[in-house]
Amino acid sequence: MTSQETGFAMDRPGVSYGRGRPPEASEVTAPAPLGPDERVDLHAEDATTKVRAVLDALDAELVGLASVKARIREIAAMLTVDRARARFGLVASKPSLHMSFTGSPGTGKTTVALRMAEILHALGYLRVPRVHAVTREDLVGQFIGHTAPKTKEALAKSAGGVLFIDEAYYLYRPDNERDYGQEAIEILLQEMESERGDMAVIFAGYPDRMETFFASNPGLSSRVAHHLQFEDYSKEELTQIAKIILARDNYRFSTEAEQAFADYLNRRLSMPRFANARSVRNALERARLRQAGRLLGLRGTVSRDDLMLITEGDIRASRVFSEPDAVPPGEAR
Amino acid sequence: MYLRHGAFSYLPALTEDEIAAQVRYALLNGWPVSVEYTDDPHPRNVYWELWGLPMFDLHEPDGVMREISACRAAFPAHYVRVLAYDARLHRQTIALSFLAQRPAAEPGFRLDRSESGGRAQRYGVHSYATGAPAGARYHGAGYHVPEEP
Repeated sequence: MTSQETGFAMDRPGVSYGRGRPPEASEVTAPAPLGPDERVDLHAEDATTKVRAVLDALDAELVGLASVKARIREIAAMLTVDRARARFGLVASKPSLHMSFTGSPGTGKTTVALRMAEILHALGYLRVPRVHAVTREDLVGQFIGHTAPKTKEALAKSAGGVLFIDEAYYLYRPDNERDYGQEAIEILLQEMESERGDMAVIFAGYPDRMETFFASNPGLSSRVAHHLQFEDYSKEELTQIAKIILARDNYRFSTEAEQAFADYLNRRLSMPRFANARSVRNALERARLRQAGRLLGLRGTVSRDDLMLITEGDIRASRVFSEPDAVPPGEAR
Repeated sequence: MYLRHGAFSYLPALTEDEIAAQVRYALLNGWPVSVEYTDDPHPRNVYWELWGLPMFDLHEPDGVMREISACRAAFPAHYVRVLAYDARLHRQTIALSFLAQRPAAEPGFRLDRSESGGRAQRYGVHSYATGAPAGARYHGAGYHVPEEP
């Protein structure tokens, strides 16, 4: 290799030394497209295998949510087909990856966002399977000129991954027309529009308020390709979730406790501010507290089974049973 | 005179992808990256102008590349460098520094010699570009730009 090729040279008067060489054509060309007669096995692709693993994990991890899972499968299938089309050189516009997740609290929006990032990464649409979660405070500034840098910083942090905007409707305050939220929305739109961008923006929030949010920002709504609706969990699904959580933490219900928990759910479901899976987790958290108190109150020794068992009493001591109007602590939003 | 400043200065100028790869390396090491510019690249001028604040908590180089582009657009005839700061205890210094832009024409430096006591020789380096006021340098105004060999 000569110095002409490498650009490495000591300074010699009258000699032109390298100022970088443009990449040679052979280095930048993409693999040649497949011929029109060739065939591609969609299921044999590495990416498809990875996506299937993520979808299986989603099924195993999340109870219910049938419609959401079906939509995710559809999206994954479409993106897989898009990839195959690109290999044949068939022109396809860059698929829009931006989504909105609407659903009540505790229905698994954040968890699904994490899985979505993994799917998009496996298919090569994202560089990293990372989710950067933000709220209004991370995007909107306090004074003039503060918003743009903040929003751009959030975009920089989520580059190559997913920007997850929780409670996105707070970005837009219709009652205050000088609110800086509009500026943040405009910058987000700009970024979502750009062709080179390899990031996905997910807007998440409660259904009714998201509706008004999108209605008042039609430009935003039309650029979000996939609207996923998360339904509330049924009582059976919540019981199943409780069992999964307990099994994961090495606890179990006694038979009576199981019945007591079903009663608990019945009562809790009719109360305000029920946050689905999150409420179940909090209820179990409090049952564990009471179990610990009960065990410590015992004289003598405890067995391994005692340490794992949550009894009827641990559940029935809940305030949901004694004060029907009380909302359990920590669930007041 | 081709200014040799920072890492990779004896290599061909880095392409955008190579700059992004270097920034990614810095970010993977947990070094916040910042962008600086100057039109006075005297070897003893260690403090260049900050282009915004250092960028913290990034994972991907896109944000840095955007700032580099913005800095180049604002100062097309300045030197622009990328710095990565290692904040770990016992190091706390710039871990990586390289140029991301240089002016098209670089008139270079003059070596000044002066006598001092006891026939001692003192040396200084004078940048030809500083003949023009700050902001008007490297545009070919106020000094003669030698033809590229």
